[in-house]
Amino acid sequence: MAIDKKIASEEKEAKKKEMILFLSNTEEREHFLSKNNRKLLSDPLNDNNPITVQVLGICSALAITVQLEPAVVMAVAVMAVVAFSNVIISLLRNLIPNRIRIIVQLVVVAALVILVDQILKAYAYDVSKQLSVFVGLIITNCIVMGRLEAFALGNGPYKSFLDGIGNGAGYGIILIIVAFFRELLGSGKLFGFEVLGHKAAVAAESTGLYALGYENNGLMLLSPMALIVVGIIIWVQRSRNRILIEQNN
Amino acid sequence: MDYINLFVRSIFIENMIFAYFLGMCSYLAVSKTVKTAVGLGAAVIFVLAVTVPINFLLDQYLLRPGALQWLNPEYASVDLSFLSFIMFIAVIASMVQLVEMVVEKFAPALYGALGIFLPLIAVNCAILGGSLFMQQKSFTAVTEAITYGLGSGVGWFLAILAIAAIREKIAYSNVPAPLKGLGITFIITGLMAIGFMSFMGIEL
Repeated sequence: MAIDKKIASEEKEAKKKEMILFLSNTEEREHFLSKNNRKLLSDPLNDNNPITVQVLGICSALAITVQLEPAVVMAVAVMAVVAFSNVIISLLRNLIPNRIRIIVQLVVVAALVILVDQILKAYAYDVSKQLSVFVGLIITNCIVMGRLEAFALGNGPYKSFLDGIGNGAGYGIILIIVAFFRELLGSGKLFGFEVLGHKAAVAAESTGLYALGYENNGLMLLSPMALIVVGIIIWVQRSRNRILIEQNN
Repeated sequence: MDYINLFVRSIFIENMIFAYFLGMCSYLAVSKTVKTAVGLGAAVIFVLAVTVPINFLLDQYLLRPGALQWLNPEYASVDLSFLSFIMFIAVIASMVQLVEMVVEKFAPALYGALGIFLPLIAVNCAILGGSLFMQQKSFTAVTEAITYGLGSGVGWFLAILAIAAIREKIAYSNVPAPLKGLGITFIITGLMAIGFMSFMGIEL
């Protein structure tokens, strides 16, 4: 009898401890923007940039960087899609059978992209025309799938949201840097404004830099230059941050 | 003659990689050796040549405005084109699953070498891009869609084959350390793309 009682009380004790542990765990919940969570946001901007380090999402990135405006729109669209698909997949992560997860992910992403596409068509028709198929190609943007596979399937919704925003921003930064140089050097404009002065048909009427004989570099408007600009960005980033240098080959 | 023209155009002038940067992720990641590059390239050719015509038929008889007319003349005003992303990606995902099973069964070595990149063909932008460009180009016959799909696939294959061969050689060159690997690959691809621009304007 006495032994039974002892066992019972021990069990009770253990349960109590578990309970306390459980409660304290929930009490010690991470702060809204704790160090870890901030890291999720800031890491993809530099050390773990989706384009220059993880090599994801180059597919649809480069063709739309001739001008800043579509690049910014694209960056925002991708950020929204990555963040929300991360949240949705993270909520569903325990329900999705492993074998068909890619199809489930694709359907979720495709639904979000259709939303983005329709919104763009309604409120920014010109930009949507300029982006043409590249909005649809967000579906197959490797950043989205890569983050879903690597992060959202193993983490909670809030963290996944931050991760999505961070990676979207990391993608956007590269896009905007590339578009900035291509638009500035290629057509002397930023967001469509002539920042380097006006180039008139008659040389004497030109203003700003063009009056001094400056010429636009038409090569920057061609698609191959996007690749070379990204190559140079990688060069600069890796020479500033030597941990990222590839050791073999 | 039109078909040859379309074929050559889609290989050289509208090359998936050099003109539109589609499928860059796997292009950069699988191009370390020629052997795996050839395997992935062949898989891409096959998937493109199959999915583009299937999606063409879907678009023609289901999705575009008034496409449902063959069912009932009343449906002439139905426009399902907003569904095209989801339909296209579903076709592509299932085709890729099929290819994966075939490769696993008949070429296990290749299956091992391609690894994660085989299922990732489903999210290879070149495949979905092929279907979306097909939709934009408003082809009239399914044979045109087949030609276009095949041509873009061959173009992608050529591109990844070329870069893989170059990367195998460049491993022995003295590239500045921060440019090693990814950086130099980007720049080479850019230079190759400039080279491919010389095909522009060729008409057969």
